[in-house]
Amino acid sequence: MKIIVLIKQVPDTTDVKIDPETNTLKREGVESIINPFDMYAIEEALRVKENLGSAAEVIVLSMGPPQAKEALKEAISMGCDRAILVSDRKFAGSDTWATSYTLSQAIKKIGDFKLILCGKQASDGDTAQVGPGVSTHLNVPQVTYVKKIEKISADEARVERMTEEGYDIVETPLPALLTVVKEINEPRLPSLKGKMRAKKAEIPIWTAEDLCCQEDKIGLDGSPTRVLKIFTPSQRKGGEILEGEAPEKAKKLAILIKEVIIG
Amino acid sequence: MPEKNWIKVLSEKCAGCTLCVKACPFGAIAMKDKKAVIDLSKCNLCGACREVCKFEAIIIEKKEAVRSTDFSLYEDVWVFCEQKKSKVQSISFELLGKGRELADKLGVNLCAVLLGDNIEDKCRELAEAGADKIYLVDSPKLKAYQDDPYTKVLTELISKYKPEIVLCGATTIGRSLISRVAVRLRAGLTADCTGLDIDSKEKLLLQTRPAFGGNIMATIITPNTRPQMATVRHKVMKEAEPVRGKKAEIIKEEFSDDIYFSRTRLIDIVEEIEETINLAEADIIVSGGRGLGAKENFNIIKELALVLKGAVGASRSAVDADWIPYSHQVGQTGKTVCPKVYIACGISGQIQHLIGMKSSDVIIAINKDPDAPIFSVATYGIVDDLFKIVPLLTNEFKKILK
Repeated sequence: MKIIVLIKQVPDTTDVKIDPETNTLKREGVESIINPFDMYAIEEALRVKENLGSAAEVIVLSMGPPQAKEALKEAISMGCDRAILVSDRKFAGSDTWATSYTLSQAIKKIGDFKLILCGKQASDGDTAQVGPGVSTHLNVPQVTYVKKIEKISADEARVERMTEEGYDIVETPLPALLTVVKEINEPRLPSLKGKMRAKKAEIPIWTAEDLCCQEDKIGLDGSPTRVLKIFTPSQRKGGEILEGEAPEKAKKLAILIKEVIIG
Repeated sequence: MPEKNWIKVLSEKCAGCTLCVKACPFGAIAMKDKKAVIDLSKCNLCGACREVCKFEAIIIEKKEAVRSTDFSLYEDVWVFCEQKKSKVQSISFELLGKGRELADKLGVNLCAVLLGDNIEDKCRELAEAGADKIYLVDSPKLKAYQDDPYTKVLTELISKYKPEIVLCGATTIGRSLISRVAVRLRAGLTADCTGLDIDSKEKLLLQTRPAFGGNIMATIITPNTRPQMATVRHKVMKEAEPVRGKKAEIIKEEFSDDIYFSRTRLIDIVEEIEETINLAEADIIVSGGRGLGAKENFNIIKELALVLKGAVGASRSAVDADWIPYSHQVGQTGKTVCPKVYIACGISGQIQHLIGMKSSDVIIAINKDPDAPIFSVATYGIVDDLFKIVPLLTNEFKKILK
């Protein structure tokens, strides 16, 4: 049984700061990491494999520039069986439509999959669109915001989908695509054995030609959305520090807050 | 007219000032032999580099893209109205409010789309919220949200009636649904917009949203496909002021069984009642951080929240220390909130926390450490021991909010 995990290499946004002089993003020295939500997808894939026995294979897939290989190696070190990098200059400028099309072409090439797992969203784009996009291109059922896989067999899965009020229990036939949230598990650390496997791992690179991609569906040309402009939001500034003895300050603050609430 | 999209650095004009390197949100520019070099595999042609270059050393040419369809056929602003248990969700009214503004700028109709079971009586509140037309699909198969039937129905409606703009809430339902519809229709979709406007000259929807954890803002357009689709988060836009007695044209549509068929089965809907008010909805949030020191000390936070009828939030440190469940976590890896008042107690204000709450109207910080970064964004701050201040504050409110 093939389990495919989709991951993305993203800048570590917790490290990203604004350069106060130029008012732009400071990118020097910012590390690239596996998108945090995807770590949960990798972990869940490994757990499903462990549950179903070793007949299952976990294949991790990513679309990105050549350095995304590092992210794929990290996934292998956690326990994924093999990895594939989808990379081509022609993919540059892809929005979520083109990205989900490209990834689904790669998944079709892998073929015969039962389960696709992705993180709910990527921490740089934050759109949460690629997972559902892939399931639509492949025409497989999806369940998003999965916080628990209650049962899974070769033919169907029963999962808990997180909602604003609690959760829904949903059953889906397989093959299906699931996007997962952090509540689902605690990702494992790579093992020493895993790290050694990752070091030796051969990761093939699939290009647009390998995937038989239609030129007008990839990259900038394949992207219905375009960035018109990018700007830094006006930074919030600090206000007033209240002075005086504690009871005084508390009283002042209470009055200020009351004004805001009541208006 | 260029045949391809391209970007080029004119090295004779490049002064090696590296402003473009810093401006690029995708890290696509590096310096080589003191000249800027662009990595085409990372470049998105967003033009941020060209904007900052003082030497006009960067040229960008974009192919004139082909429109996917005859745009004159597309008209009207649609709002997908989300209902749960037959109650129209408040996000829908916020979208109708914004939708009205956009429809007026374009001189077109504002239409609501409502799917559900036995739900026609809800049309009145949608009409009063500003909808000129309501597309209603009423069937027991649509009672609760399921990806397949909702995707197929909405796709059919859009294909038939051709709106130029479709807005939807960035909720768990909305985001799943609209991503699928957009891919089916080969339409551009921008998620979590914080700003929507119309470029009247081009009649384009300008969709503004944060990226890179909110560190930058991007304005996005979908020039070549229709409809232009966008999702908006709860509490970003203001709810429409209801106009009592306003009527709307109701257009009922019915579909065949195969459209309503769902591959997935909804077995149960489980509600988990939270002790206090839902964090994401709250107008007032009192939040506790590492400065509280122990689990029991969250009680003083809860007391203040109770008096203010607000919700309780927490920083990641407090959640990681197991002092309070993850559902209360505010920040990059927790919830994003935008209350009227956010009171941060014993929270230092690391960027990951600020990302989750910096769009609050008023931020109040109470912290012993005068250098805590939280004070750089707080509207009002008190540098003092929270164990002194918070109970005093609670008492003050008990007095004045009687």
